Amino acid sequence: MNRQIGRVAAVTFLLFGALFINLNVITLLQADELANHPSNRRLILREYAIERGPIVAGEEAIARSVPTDGEFEYLRTYPDSELYAHLTGYYSIQLQRSGLERALNEDLTGRSTEVVAQNLGELLGGSERPGNAVQLSIEPAVQRAARNALDGREGAVVALDPRTGAVLASYANPTFDPNPLSGHDRRVINDTWAALNERDDRPLIDRTRAETYPPGSVFKLVVAAAALESGLEPTTLFPDEGVYDVPQTQANIGNFSGGVCDDGDEISLTDAMRVSCNTVFARLGVELGDDALRDQAERFGFNDAPPFDLGVTDSVFPRDLDVPSLAQSAIGQRDVRATPLQMAVLAGSIANGGQLLRPHVVDAVRDPDGAQLRGPDTGRWTGPPGGGLPISPRTAQQLRSMMLDVVNSGTGTAARIDGVEVGGKTGTAQTGGDPVAWFVGFAGEEVAITVMVPGAGSDATGGAVAAPIARSVLSAALEARG
Amino acid sequence: MSRDGVTVTGGPRATEARLLAGAVVLTSFAAVLLGWSESPELPPTAIVTGLALAVTALVAHLTVRTFAPDADPTLLPLAFLLNGLGLVFVRRVDLATGSDLAAAQTVWTAVSVGALCATLLLIRRVAVFGRYQYTFGLLTIVLLLSPLIPGLTAGVINGAQLWIDLFGMRFQPGEIAKLTMVVFLAGYLERNRALLSVATQRIGPVMLPAARHLAPVLLAAVMAMVIMAGLRDLGTALLFFGAFIAMLYVATGRLAYPAFGAVFFGFAAWLAYLQFGHVRVRVSIWLDPWADVTGIGYQLAQSLFALGTGGLTGTGLGLGRPQDVPFSATDAIFVVIGEELGLLGATVVLLLYLVIVVRGFRIAQTARDEFGTLLATGLTVTLAAQTFVIVGGLTRLVPLTGITLPFVSYGGSALLSNYLLIALLLRISDESRGAAKGRDPDLQADAAARRRS
Repeated sequence: MNRQIGRVAAVTFLLFGALFINLNVITLLQADELANHPSNRRLILREYAIERGPIVAGEEAIARSVPTDGEFEYLRTYPDSELYAHLTGYYSIQLQRSGLERALNEDLTGRSTEVVAQNLGELLGGSERPGNAVQLSIEPAVQRAARNALDGREGAVVALDPRTGAVLASYANPTFDPNPLSGHDRRVINDTWAALNERDDRPLIDRTRAETYPPGSVFKLVVAAAALESGLEPTTLFPDEGVYDVPQTQANIGNFSGGVCDDGDEISLTDAMRVSCNTVFARLGVELGDDALRDQAERFGFNDAPPFDLGVTDSVFPRDLDVPSLAQSAIGQRDVRATPLQMAVLAGSIANGGQLLRPHVVDAVRDPDGAQLRGPDTGRWTGPPGGGLPISPRTAQQLRSMMLDVVNSGTGTAARIDGVEVGGKTGTAQTGGDPVAWFVGFAGEEVAITVMVPGAGSDATGGAVAAPIARSVLSAALEARG
Repeated sequence: MSRDGVTVTGGPRATEARLLAGAVVLTSFAAVLLGWSESPELPPTAIVTGLALAVTALVAHLTVRTFAPDADPTLLPLAFLLNGLGLVFVRRVDLATGSDLAAAQTVWTAVSVGALCATLLLIRRVAVFGRYQYTFGLLTIVLLLSPLIPGLTAGVINGAQLWIDLFGMRFQPGEIAKLTMVVFLAGYLERNRALLSVATQRIGPVMLPAARHLAPVLLAAVMAMVIMAGLRDLGTALLFFGAFIAMLYVATGRLAYPAFGAVFFGFAAWLAYLQFGHVRVRVSIWLDPWADVTGIGYQLAQSLFALGTGGLTGTGLGLGRPQDVPFSATDAIFVVIGEELGLLGATVVLLLYLVIVVRGFRIAQTARDEFGTLLATGLTVTLAAQTFVIVGGLTRLVPLTGITLPFVSYGGSALLSNYLLIALLLRISDESRGAAKGRDPDLQADAAARRRS
């Protein structure tokens, strides 16, 4: 029997050999992969053992970490949660991260994700460094003004400094409270998350940048820019007609009022802009042509998205338009789509004399001792055709004065502020449901703004709904900037 | 020089005493380290662990010295070292999860060592078991079925009905059934060895003995398997089957049995896969634990995370996260050791088992009669298979089934059963060495006869 026992023993040793080899593979070859696996809680616990740096707007910490007695050593809190939710995002043990919490994670933890996993000794030794502070360019007063002016209505407001691209306010309704999502109670996280996702008004969507809308008449700025660049003047006259007979279709284009725009004879480009004359701009778009319009739109950044600290959806000017579609597109209808952020960048380029600047919301990253590690991502947005110079300074100046007329005596008078040069363009895009009301403009050379309100009732217009909001926010911005 | 090449002065018992002292010191050292990870002042639990182990080791040693003076000197120290490590890590899990298992495990250690001593005291020759083989066979079935008896059963726990409540204590009779099963098989195979070795039937290319000789053995195995499947304890079923096939092969020398066994096992596994949802789940987890990391794959994923995080040298005692690993005090205690002591610590643990297994097979080869040989083989294979199934399961070498890691996992029945297993191996080795030394003329004659054969 001893021979048999020897063989049984040999088989046993083989099996133990397999155990040893397998154990080596796991603990040596696969160790890194397993230690850093997203489902390995050890990683997240180590991450939560770091005092994450605050996100600061003005003087206020809008996201900060406070110590806890729990398993997760720090709790991320958002004191003015809903006001900044779309900027900060959440920082969740269950849902990972969103917004700036995600985009700037390595700055906020003060180290790269791999280092978090490896510096176990440092963490256990209690010598861990807090993360870096992120200073935003957001002005809390302007941000609050945007929220107050929207007054609970669905919509988005973006205000930026046209000289630098610094975003002063970026607020969208509806919004959400990131605190329950960032807490340490998984049940609360899951319930809150489920409730947020079930809501029809999609509060997790940042309407300033993640969603596109038909721009309606604010797109006339692009058509006018193309016209001026092609050699036309603000004084160039067009037929003032009640209906533009669009070639190749029975679906002709009329004016918002239902009649002519002026006296029914001829109307200048400036006046057509001032009263937002559809027949003129549809005709102009068709005459300029598909390619010229698209080229101008793309120079402003359409069919692309501005480089930003957070993800931005591409704004769209469609390709290969037939004439009827082109006529509709020229007045911002059909398949033309834009994000409010894109329109603010466009407004900024008119306000600053023709430069398309990179928008940014991060002003500085500072280490725990206060030393600046990084400044804002500034400069021209060189991606689009024209390299960030969408229009000549002359065209910019002409558009600027046309926009001043809109606010002084046109559709945008509700945005007027005494003693300040406010210019803008209203828009009321027809979508089938409630129109989308827009105001895109500027105050002086210091603030550019986009206001977009998509569901303010069937008779809402950009001039009546969006322009007053713009006025409040622009006033707050001028005040905040001294 | 002793016969097995263990260099000693003062014989095997002196060796055992020194090794036991080493095991107790190592364990106490680990207990103190763990204690210090809790607080700078040494908690009394650390001292209790060390003391309890020292006292039980002393009692066990003195018993062996008196009643099995020629027994293998390594088994007891190895068992104590694993047991001590188990106590430390059960305590470790207590600290992490807020459970209070270490105290109970310490009591169970004392009870189990007491049972070991009683066995050595009462059973002077394992051959006496041979006379009661059918009693043991019946006992096996009764033990396995006892969790189904109303009034005795502790109900379904973690998806299996394996426990009974006896005198206010929870007991897993299947752990003891492993031993009685091996005793039955050893007796039966010894008696029918000749008949089972002669192939009289041809099935295809395979020659098999007459069905009437084979039937009782197969019946016992099939019954055990069926009962186990009914109780949903696949790990133990696999264990039984492995021990059964190994013993059958050793008894008969016919490779047809393991071959036939492999086919039978494959068929049974296939049937189980088709029949039982929980088997399909186990297999799918094994194939891809990452498919549902937070659901069914959680346990295996956590095991692998623990081992991967531990790496080569481990996080250090007290610095891992046993609270993340399900069943960390019982089934999964190996990965808790792996996380905190690393590949190095885990390897040492496996080597301890390997040494027990090597000694076990050696004892089987040198046993003074065939019954002893078969019994030692069965016991050793049981221990080896159990270690393989749980460690292999936790490391995704084989599908994970919940069974205990011998001596280390929390669990009284398992600890008792494992110490009884060691007691039997000690007794078998004592008999053969004693006979070789001429301690007992009767035994010596047996040994001489055996050497001639």
